[in-house]
Amino acid sequence: MANYLYIFRGGDMARMSPQQMEENMKKWGAWMGQLSQTGNFKGGDPLGEGGRVVTGKKKAVTDGPFGETKDLVGGYLLVTAGSLDAATELARGCPIFENENGSVEVREVREMRM
Amino acid sequence: MSAVVVRLVGFGHLDLAEDIVHDALVQALEVWKFRGVPANPAAWLMAAAKNRAIDVIRRERTERRFAPEVADLLSTEWSLVPTVASAFEDKEVVDAELRLMFELCDGRLPEETQVMVILKYLCGFGVRELAQAFLSGEEAIEKRLGRARATLQSAGGLAELGDAQRARSRAPAVCRALYLMFSEGYHGSHPEVVVREELCAEALRLASLLAAHPVTGVAGEVKGLLALMCLLAARLPARRDARGDLIPLDEQDRSRWDPALNARGLAALAESGAGAPSEMHLEAAIAAHHAVAASVESTDWPAIVALYDRLAALRPSPVVALNRAVAIGFARGPAAGLAEIDAIESLARLDDYLFLAATRADLLRRAGRPEDALPHFRRARELARNDPERRFFDRRLAECGGGIGHG
Repeated sequence: MANYLYIFRGGDMARMSPQQMEENMKKWGAWMGQLSQTGNFKGGDPLGEGGRVVTGKKKAVTDGPFGETKDLVGGYLLVTAGSLDAATELARGCPIFENENGSVEVREVREMRM
Repeated sequence: MSAVVVRLVGFGHLDLAEDIVHDALVQALEVWKFRGVPANPAAWLMAAAKNRAIDVIRRERTERRFAPEVADLLSTEWSLVPTVASAFEDKEVVDAELRLMFELCDGRLPEETQVMVILKYLCGFGVRELAQAFLSGEEAIEKRLGRARATLQSAGGLAELGDAQRARSRAPAVCRALYLMFSEGYHGSHPEVVVREELCAEALRLASLLAAHPVTGVAGEVKGLLALMCLLAARLPARRDARGDLIPLDEQDRSRWDPALNARGLAALAESGAGAPSEMHLEAAIAAHHAVAASVESTDWPAIVALYDRLAALRPSPVVALNRAVAIGFARGPAAGLAEIDAIESLARLDDYLFLAATRADLLRRAGRPEDALPHFRRARELARNDPERRFFDRRLAECGGGIGHG
């Protein structure tokens, strides 16, 4: 077993109607509940809008990140799974794909092995 | 929730109010996605909207002038938070909702548009649901909302409810909007479920607020509307089977009708009293006949037909005529009902209307002509809007020897 980080982009609810939001919420609840029941769920949270970016040797601070909604990271989830394939398969159940621009980046959390 | 925010930022900033509520909702939902929906989502949303309103008012207060009655209180930091907080108290919320409801029914807007903005600002209908409710495209709805907002924003502030004459003159439009909202829940076009109880409940809630208010409650129509909603809502427990599929009126287990709602509906109808009966009264009176009848057989169908006659005189429409034909089908037999359908003027307008095909099919079935009923049940199945409806017509098709539907 290894840990995997899901990085969510897009899939925002801003353009959904209240009824669509409600349906979408139910699906998120079901998906998260499932991950939790199967023991895959480790943690995660949504991220607020905006924020700051610190760049370069000069540590320049800018507001942001700003960009296309589909490119912005909206939240993250940490799951445990047997393999990258298994983690990817789990991610395919995510309701973020109800939205055209939604994506989940699946990355293995690298661990030091002695 | 929108109503409270509109009251704070002013009627001239409908779009800003809308943004505040929407942002609060989206923010809350983004958290709930990860953490699950809390036990009291409504309170949570209220709190989120309150905080969002405070943020936005703080940010925008140098640029904009908010609602005149609270503008000064919002302009200084020490009174901003308490002013916003008190607007979110229960009693104030009710008042704000009623006032917004009446304000949105602006005589300069076409009645249908008034309905649209009530659904939008008081009931949280999105553009997609509005498009469904008004049988229109989403783009057309956006345009109409934009125009409506421009008209409304030139109106100034929210009127006091104490203005009885104004309240009375706008009561019919308000009633109509609530009626439509209830209908969408009751006969809804939702793709998955056949009844949306939350819409019915919301319409019933707003109608109860109207009826309970000393000024708005005096309009007979308001009581008529409340009566109608209660009597129809009473049937909800019997209207679906365990699977969520629709059970038609003549097959419902009437012992499952909600006696408290029935009693409340009959009482409201009795109180709706004097004056020329409105459409709401007539429809409520029809529902009351069903409410007091122990069975389909013992229902006073001739009286119901007579009420439909009056309704058709008041509001001539092919849909009313169709319902009248149903009643005639029970009063004088299916053949008479079928003849009535054929006699409906502008029947062509109902070509794509699910209930026309369904009614015709059902009358033919009851007339002992199952093979003639089949094509109409097939048509009804084609027009069905969700799986429960499709399953219902599949069952009818099977009963009529047509096997399970196609497509």
